Amino acid sequence: MKITFQINGTAQTVETDENTPLLWVIRDLLDLKGTKFGCGKAACGACTIHVNGEAVRSCSYAANLAAGQNITTIEGLAVGDELHPVQQAWLEEIVPQCGYCQPGFMMATAALLEKIPNPTDDDIDANIVNVCRCATYYRMRKAIHRAAAIKSVNQ
Amino acid sequence: MDHSAEQDKKGKSRRGFLVKAAVGVGVLLGTGYLTRPVWRRSIAGMVNTADAPYVGDTKTPPLWFEVTADNEIILRSPKVEMGQGTFTGLAQIAADELEVAIGRIKVVHASTASGNIDGFSTGGSTSISSLWMPLRELAATMREMLKNEAANILGVDVAALSVADGVITASERSLTYGEVVKEVKEWDIPAVPPLKDVSTYRYVGQPIPRVDLKDKVIGAPIFGMDAVLSDMLYGAVVRPTAIGSKYVSADTSRAEGMPGVVKVVKEKDFVGVVATSQMAADNAKKAIDVTWDIPKTWELSDIEAMIQVGQGTPYVIQKEGRAASILAAEEGIITAEYKSPIGAHAQMEPNGAVAHVTADQATVLISTQVVGLTRKEVADRLGFDQEQVNIQPTYLGGGFGRRLHTPHAIQAALMSRAVGKPVKYFFDRKEEFQNDTFRPPTHHVLKAKLGADGLIEAMEHNVSSGDVMFGSPILPGILEPIVGADVGAWRGGMIQYGKIPHYRAVSWRVKLPFATSWWRSLGLLANTFAIESFMDELAIQAGKDPVQFRLDQIQDDPAGRRLQAVITAAATRANWQDGVLPNGRAMGFAASTDANTPVAQVVEVAIVDNEIKVLKVTCAIDPGLAVNPDQVRSQCEGAIIMGMSAGMFEKMIVRNGELQPTIYGPYQMALMRDAPREIDVVLLAGTDAPGAVGEPPLGPIVAAIANAVFRLTGQRLREMPLTLV
Repeated sequence: MKITFQINGTAQTVETDENTPLLWVIRDLLDLKGTKFGCGKAACGACTIHVNGEAVRSCSYAANLAAGQNITTIEGLAVGDELHPVQQAWLEEIVPQCGYCQPGFMMATAALLEKIPNPTDDDIDANIVNVCRCATYYRMRKAIHRAAAIKSVNQ
Repeated sequence: MDHSAEQDKKGKSRRGFLVKAAVGVGVLLGTGYLTRPVWRRSIAGMVNTADAPYVGDTKTPPLWFEVTADNEIILRSPKVEMGQGTFTGLAQIAADELEVAIGRIKVVHASTASGNIDGFSTGGSTSISSLWMPLRELAATMREMLKNEAANILGVDVAALSVADGVITASERSLTYGEVVKEVKEWDIPAVPPLKDVSTYRYVGQPIPRVDLKDKVIGAPIFGMDAVLSDMLYGAVVRPTAIGSKYVSADTSRAEGMPGVVKVVKEKDFVGVVATSQMAADNAKKAIDVTWDIPKTWELSDIEAMIQVGQGTPYVIQKEGRAASILAAEEGIITAEYKSPIGAHAQMEPNGAVAHVTADQATVLISTQVVGLTRKEVADRLGFDQEQVNIQPTYLGGGFGRRLHTPHAIQAALMSRAVGKPVKYFFDRKEEFQNDTFRPPTHHVLKAKLGADGLIEAMEHNVSSGDVMFGSPILPGILEPIVGADVGAWRGGMIQYGKIPHYRAVSWRVKLPFATSWWRSLGLLANTFAIESFMDELAIQAGKDPVQFRLDQIQDDPAGRRLQAVITAAATRANWQDGVLPNGRAMGFAASTDANTPVAQVVEVAIVDNEIKVLKVTCAIDPGLAVNPDQVRSQCEGAIIMGMSAGMFEKMIVRNGELQPTIYGPYQMALMRDAPREIDVVLLAGTDAPGAVGEPPLGPIVAAIANAVFRLTGQRLREMPLTLV
């Protein structure tokens, strides 16, 4: 079937089986590789994207549900050359090691900051539940607080 | 290095240098740098020294640097980047000797066709330490070559030249390195010049940001999973779920005609399917019925019965004095047993590969720690010469030892050959958990006798473990009788308190029915858990402070002094106090030495709702010269939390013949909520060359936590994952 949606500010129409996980549409049909496959069961968060601003695990989100929705991936988080505050904070705290899970964490964090602009450590623990095998959690926590600070200054 | 050795090395290096004209882009500089006794040094290096050599692969064109016309210098790394920060360290080292701003250095993975690959592997915390001398010498030599040619072009004496940021200047005239390269047809290769004094380096020793940071923050397509070749199809392979399964046959009739299926590929040892999309490949895979030969339905109890000190083959790996006879006494012997479970790698990027095989060439893009071995395996299976196979490593979405064997490249290659097009395929997560090369389970028996002075008179560590090194095809089987015990299994298993008069360590080898092999830090994690928990038990029995108890029994030699220094530094920085603190927390202490890098850790632990909460970790580490102190800290932070994850949560079991669980969550791992809110890393530099970083900080953490838990609860937790009663 044909499915039309907005992704990173651009309208796209794709031809795919309706049950294909949106992750494969994003990665293989639209060639946006920043969204990662980790587990295929919504258990790790590596594939986190935004659907209308909500963090969604795209490996377990059927493509037909995306019809008419507004989707953002890591490639759409920055505005032009200007990094999103979350990316900027990740850069400044030098968070990534292998880097594979990081887009999912940044997308989850960006969605969190829209709901809770200045999250406490407990807010972070409760809401950021992705998996990072390099275990960069210590720097991520610092980066999340820094992102909140950057975002509040920018606004 | 003394003068004669320096001369000797110059001579060898000079003969080995190679320069090739690059295709339109500049100069490629390389060297057959290393002619050292390779295997034995590597093995020793993996275990106990920081001096593991870089092992060049003499079959590949040994090309290291490429200078582009716009004065960018491409460094083809023979080591892969899996998060450990090696690319950044190499860029720092090269920039300093080449006298260029670090931004001019672009580090890429060498492929087997384009550059030097490490004939051994990327692993063992050796990437920076093994390339420290070779890369400095190469970069310095290249700088001198460029200066010599610039002097010729400019018609001046080389002594009149100055160099700054890749620009060579003689009075009024300047040439960039790129401009020099364009002019030169044949290179004269000088002897290796004297290296700069480390104290004059601009980048080495500085906490500069990772060179791959921006790519990793914007989600650039740098991983094996992201690789794309034009006209690429999608493959899937049916993998077994039960331990010991052997492929017999497959009924593929249902899959053949399914939408999107291009071809079902049947080989002697597997069946796969190639389709036009990932979804179509996955659907068709589910429709294939494979018959497996499963000789036995294994249960966890079978495995636990095998992993017992006293079973299998013992090797004495350390012996000083008469520990065995003293500890055979019937009275006055303190003894305790410890256990660790099967551990999964659980790296975030699944294994997989993109392959394109034609009649006489094969290309494989893959996340691997063993580029050379993968090339050999693919070539052997295809019936190609190794020169017909190009392995292009990509950034790894985690390594941790899982990618020290990547034979799935073969399956991608065979599927590609079957359809005549590039094919990409990867494991699903269940397949990852059931087809891992696991961290082997262990069983430890510790014995000791305290002397009248309250110090240890005799001590013994017996460890039973599945294979680590012997499970790996990196090392040929012929080495087994040479090295004896499995050096991977007993890594960290020796007793590091050299003032103890009598001590002994024994490694018991057990071959398990499923694959066990390298897992970040190898035996260090479990061995240190056992030994350092036992040291705490002994200190308590002796009525001594556990930090002082350790300090009093370390020998006075260079390694001992470095260990004492990290112990003292960690205890001082953390304001070490024995016993329950006024705020209801308790501290725990442990230390280890791994690959010549000593680490000491102090943890602060609380019990909250009957759960162990690690609130703060202080880590003192002496990795020698820290090429990038920020990345050393980053590795410590990650290793500490990964060690906590393994020590507090992770456990694979065997049920009804299958390894389980098969998904994150049920395979419980440390998450954000489990990470300490405070990690304080103290860097010491007890040597002037870089040493091991990536694995040593995993050593002490589990014992330190268990030791703190004992102070809070009176429960001595002797089994990983640590679980309160």
